[in-house]
Order: sequence, then C-alpha cells, then structure tokens
Amino acid sequence: MTLQTPNGFSLDTSGKRIVVDPVTRIEGHMRCEVNVDSNNVIRNAVSTGTMWRGLEVILKGRDPRDAWAFVERICGVCTGCHALASVRAVEDALDIKIPYNAHLIREIMAKVLQWHDHVVHFYHLHALDWVNPVNALKADPKATSQLQQMVGPDHPMSSPGYFRDIQNRLKKFVESGQLGLFKNGYWDNPAYKLPPEADLMAVAHYLEALDFQKEIVKVHTIFGGKNPHPNYMVGGVPCAINMDGNMAAGAPLNMERLNFVHQRLTEAYAFSKNVYVPDVIAIASFYKDWLYGGGLSATNVMDYGDYELVPGDKKTDQLPGGVILNGNWDEVLPIDPRDPEQVQEFVAHSWYSYGDETRGLHPWDGVTEPKFQLGPKTVGTRTDIRELDEAAKYSWIKAPRWRGHAVEVGPLARYILAWGHNVTFVKDQINDAVGRFNTLAGTSLTPKQALPSTIGRTLARALEAHYCAKMMLDDFERLIGNIKAGDSSTANVEKWDPATWPKEAKGVGTVAAPRGGNAHWIKIRDGRIENYQCVVPTTWNGGPRDPQGNIGAFEASLMNTPMERPEEPVEILRTLHSFDPCLACSTHVIAPGGEEMARVTVR
Amino acid sequence: MSDERILVLGIGNILWADEGFGVRVVEELEARYELPDHVRALDGGTQGLYLLPYLEEADAVIIVDAIDYGLLPASLKLLRDEEVPAILGARKVSLHQTGFQEVLALLRFRGCAPSRLWLVGVQPERLDDYGGGLTEAIAAQVEPALALVIDLLTTEFGVTVGRRRFAAGFTAPAISRAKYEAERPAAEEACRIGDARVLAGWR
Repeated sequence: MTLQTPNGFSLDTSGKRIVVDPVTRIEGHMRCEVNVDSNNVIRNAVSTGTMWRGLEVILKGRDPRDAWAFVERICGVCTGCHALASVRAVEDALDIKIPYNAHLIREIMAKVLQWHDHVVHFYHLHALDWVNPVNALKADPKATSQLQQMVGPDHPMSSPGYFRDIQNRLKKFVESGQLGLFKNGYWDNPAYKLPPEADLMAVAHYLEALDFQKEIVKVHTIFGGKNPHPNYMVGGVPCAINMDGNMAAGAPLNMERLNFVHQRLTEAYAFSKNVYVPDVIAIASFYKDWLYGGGLSATNVMDYGDYELVPGDKKTDQLPGGVILNGNWDEVLPIDPRDPEQVQEFVAHSWYSYGDETRGLHPWDGVTEPKFQLGPKTVGTRTDIRELDEAAKYSWIKAPRWRGHAVEVGPLARYILAWGHNVTFVKDQINDAVGRFNTLAGTSLTPKQALPSTIGRTLARALEAHYCAKMMLDDFERLIGNIKAGDSSTANVEKWDPATWPKEAKGVGTVAAPRGGNAHWIKIRDGRIENYQCVVPTTWNGGPRDPQGNIGAFEASLMNTPMERPEEPVEILRTLHSFDPCLACSTHVIAPGGEEMARVTVR
Repeated sequence: MSDERILVLGIGNILWADEGFGVRVVEELEARYELPDHVRALDGGTQGLYLLPYLEEADAVIIVDAIDYGLLPASLKLLRDEEVPAILGARKVSLHQTGFQEVLALLRFRGCAPSRLWLVGVQPERLDDYGGGLTEAIAAQVEPALALVIDLLTTEFGVTVGRRRFAAGFTAPAISRAKYEAERPAAEEACRIGDARVLAGWR
C-alpha cells in the first residue's frame, strides 16, 4: 500500500518490516521501524520516542527562579542549554536585562557546551557508523602518517611511531577480549568503506578527543561554580569578578582563572581546525557515493537564531534564525516564537490527548495530558509491541510544526540558514569544506548538492563547532576588555524579589542547542509557575506525523536509503545518529548482569 | 596510601523517585561532613561518559546508586571491584546509553581505571513516580548508606572525616531534597506515571 504525504514522500508499507529497539548510542529511548522493498531500499519509516517525559508538569507551582535547576536534569547531556533557555524565558517574562559581562560569560559557556557536545558526539557516538576500529589493525602506520599529513598538515601528532603505538594499544585491547568498548558493531558489513589507514587515524583522534573533553569542561566549573551541573541564575551569572583576587576555592573570577579559560579555548580552536573538521572531510570523501539521508533538510529547515553580539538584539545574531521552505535558500522567512500561529504542537499520532486531535497548540497554551493507546494494526501487546501501527498514536513525542510545515532543526539547519543570510564566515567555511571534499573525492558537488545529506549534517556539526570556537575567543576578548574598562557587574538583581513582578507574565527563551533550536515557554502567575512547556530539538526532528500526514525529519531522512543487510541496520543508525538524537533521559534500571543490546527484528 | 584520590560518586536521576537515591546520599555526605582535599563528593546525575574526567583522576571510586538486584525493596548491598560493573548494566549510567561497563572499558583502554571500586546500592521500591522524591522505605536507607560510605572512607581508606560546622550547598538549593519534595505539585496537576512498556521490565 502506498501513501502520499503532503510533504512529498511516498510511503510504501508492503515490504519487509525491520524494527530497531532501542536505537543505541543516543540519549534516551528511541525505537525505529522501517519497511524495505525487495531491493532492501527503505520505503517507509516510523520514529518513536518510547519514554514519557513530563518535565513541564512537575514545575507547576514552583518558583520560576528555580526552574533552571530542574530542567538541567531533563537529560544527561544538554544540561546547560536547558538551564540557559529557562533563565532566558524568565528574564523575557519579567523584562530583566542582564549585564554585559553576564551575557559574555553565558555566551562562552554555551559555545563551550556546543563545541564539547559536537566533539563528543562525533568521536564517541557517531564515528563508529563510519569507522571500523577492527579494520584499523590492518593499517600501515606509515601510510596513516602520510594521510594525516595530507588532511591535517597542522596537527603535530602525525608520526608513524605515534600511529604504531596507538595500533599496538588497540591490538592489545582487542586481544584481551575487551572489544566491548566497540560492541554492537557490524564490522564485516560492506557498508564500511574506509581504508585501514583512515580507520586508524580516526581511532587515534578518538583517544585525543577524550583528552580534550576532559580539559574543556573545566571552563564550566570556573564560570558555573561546579560541573557536571553548573549553576545558572536569573538576572546574570552566579560568579563574581575580582581581577586581583586569589585562587582560593569559591573565590571570584580573577585574571589567573581567565588565563586558564583562554588557554582551553585556544586549544579547542586548534583541535576543531586541525583535527575534527579535517577528519570529517576525509572520512566523507570515502563515502562520496553515499549521499543519502537528506530528508527534510533538502527543503524545510528552522532555527530561532542565537549568539547575539548586542544582548537583546536578535538582529545581531551570529547564527541568525528563520525558516527556509521548499529548498529556497534565497529566502529566509522570519520566525517569532511568540506568535500563536507559528510554532504549534500536534498530538494526532502522539500518546497525548487534546480532546480535538486535529488541533495544534502554541506552547504557551500547551497541554501535556498522557493517553497511551495503540492502533488496531499493532502487532503484539501493550507491554511487548512487535510492530507499531503508525496510522494511530505511536510516540511519546509530540509533533511540532511551523505554520503547519514539518521542518528539520540542528547544525545543518543553522548552516543552511546562515548561508541564506549570507553570513560570511559560514559561507567561507562551507565553500572551503565542500572544495576540499571534492578534491579528495574527485567529485564536483555544489554546497546545495552536498549539504542536504547524512554526511552534510555531520559536516555542518563540525563546522559549527569550529565557528563556536572562533566566536568564544572573540567573546573572551570582549569580556577582558569590558572588565578592564571597569565593569565588574555580573548580575542584575533589581527584580529578584517576586514582589516587584507583575501579577501575570509570560516569556520565551530560545537557545541554539547542540541538536537544534531549543525553546522554553513560561507563564507566571502570582510569583509561581503556571505553565511551562519545552519544545526541544529532538521533538522537532524525531516527532511523529501530524494530522495532515506530513512526516518529520527522522522519518524523512531514512526514506529511499538502500541497506546492505537489513538485519544489520548500519545505514539506519548512521543517519539517525547524524541528528545526535536526544530523547531526554529518565529512569533506567536493569537487572543484574543485564546487558541491553539493540534488538533488530526483521519480518 | 593516605592521600590516594577518592571519588564518592552519587548517580541517578532525582526526578524519578528512588532513582535519586545516590545523589541524595552524597548530598547528605557533603552537607554534613568535612572531607579532606583528596576526597571528592560528586553529584554525577545521569552524565555517563561525561563523568570520565572525574573517574580518570580518581585512584579509588565509591559509587552510590539505586540498583535492581532483584532483592527486597530497600535492601542495601555493598559490592566491590569486579562485582560492580556486572551490576551497573548497560543502561544504568546512560549518556547515550554508554553503559558504565563501557566507561570502565574506556578507562582501562587509556590505562587509568581506578584501582579500587566500591558500590553502595539500594534496591529501589518505586521509580515510576515522575517528579517524586524518595519513598519512605528508601529514604530510611539514606542514613545507613551514608554510614556505609563513612565506614568505607575511614576503615578502608583511612580518611579522617569530620563533622561540618557550616552547612554547604551541594545540589542547587532549588532541588535540594527537602525543597524538591516539599514543593511538589499535586498529582491531579502533574501526571506522575511513566510509560508502562518501559517500566514493565522492572516490575
């Protein structure tokens, strides 16, 4: 049976059904079902968030100034971007302007998080979709050294001896039977295309990335007081500045600490420039024939915009937002998260109830009322679903839409928007990267051909990490300049006391989170939270169909992708991972000795 | 070795009732006891792989957590070294479902696994209570678990642990256990149940 979606996809459910549950190496719990035709090409895709997350409802009645501390616990990775969206929402509602120092410190923290998250995502969670560590054992260290010097000539760790050492460590590790680190791999699948040298280079950088993630997070400890759950504050940042102060624990920010921060930022800049970006381009060039996975990015993308140069002035966003529809990169439509007609969430296929399921609700009027109900074509039982019925409700994720359009969010969306906005730095980066890709691969792709793909999504993330490294170094210079000019203010506490607040207020806070546009909407009444709604990036990308039948970004991205071996879903994981899915973590208890492996069922 | 670096790590998600046990025990430890510089108490939340830097720096680690051993609810259990990773299954510390075993494997690959590893665990009673605090039976095990941690620190590691004279903030005040539990919205306002299918496995 074939079903035509309004957003241009032809869904055919007649072929073999493949179920991947859970999708591993993501945050949270996700299930994916696809149908493949007789040539093993994906003709229908179903993305399901299998976890209830009602963070919004447990905030009811609490102090708005405390919300950040709760939302920081939504999930195990994006702590800071939820906390930031939350304090921004409250400041927006109460019209609180934060001091310039606070703005700059928050900017540095946000960009450090972005950089860190992108690096960790690529090397730890996504690389194994492209890189085969077992194959790295066959590499010639000398040839690896040559490859390194060709793709990343400024990276110092490139000698044959260095790669031989890494290879020996890997060999010992594999021989000791501890391949568990690289478990769930399909290492003999022909979907892996890298030569052993590229595999070995990637393994080496995986280890180097681990060293980096260790160092860069210390910036959060310095500005946020502690890590992994740094402190935020409505009205500014909870860290005082005293340039002549000492280094005692808990002491204010001083020059010594700022110098430490500067060093970390400089190292991050060098790593993304000399290692991360070149790695992605090099790996991509070996997959030049695998330009699948574009999905919605080829047509509809969205972001709210972020990284204001002038606090409070969205026109100065260094990654400007908006919406692009129908692949028209020449026209960026403006987005207003306040407009009730623009961002709306639908639940026709989600396990929630609005009463009238054809309606979309703006987040300020959002309702989170669970209704777990399976469609008549479900195979299995309520507690053991073998096949979902996507004609009915099938996910715990709602389906957000922009003026009714399904859109993709994330670094790739932001980069396409920045291209549309003519952001020079970004355009140069894209042209340079696509040019280097073409040289290595012997192709002549344009950015518009190359970017809307799984590889393009992964490349945009790397380029964005590097842009963030550049911007945070600029922020740092401005911070030092402002402090030297005599401004040491870090918080505006004029409206700290709820007695100064209006009886009713509402606001929205948006953040360019690692996985895409993240927004929190708050309604305050009598000094307490009346309603709180988060629409997070993975809701946009991973949400189910809407009442009109439009499919979302995850589902669209899998369409028409050929699979080498349906029982080994390398291609599905590769494309889903390129979004860095984050389905907000929650409880996860497991029986003794229990080891959760991805179950793949083919019917 | 008296100055070996010791990490006391509370893990779990405070938003899911008894899942917050580990964090709450370490919160009490930090609030009431003065720890020497070489002992660090850490609220690990559900940060998984992101805890690697702290684990790498540590010579010894004491983990406090809610663990499903299949025992009676509220049973406390003390495990050490090789016994630990088997219990901390793949989904437990779940940054992107990088299980604790994977984190340990990574530490070994890099040659910096802690030489001693302890786990103070409790069998949870209730997890499917979103926004909830510790259940009564599990809350009653906070003190005994804390006593176990203190005992490990003093007898096993020779650490001098003194009473704190001033209360110190550990978790942000807004989500300190007392405030978190006292200001909880009513059940009719805030749905407290989880997804039956996900929770089915543990019941």
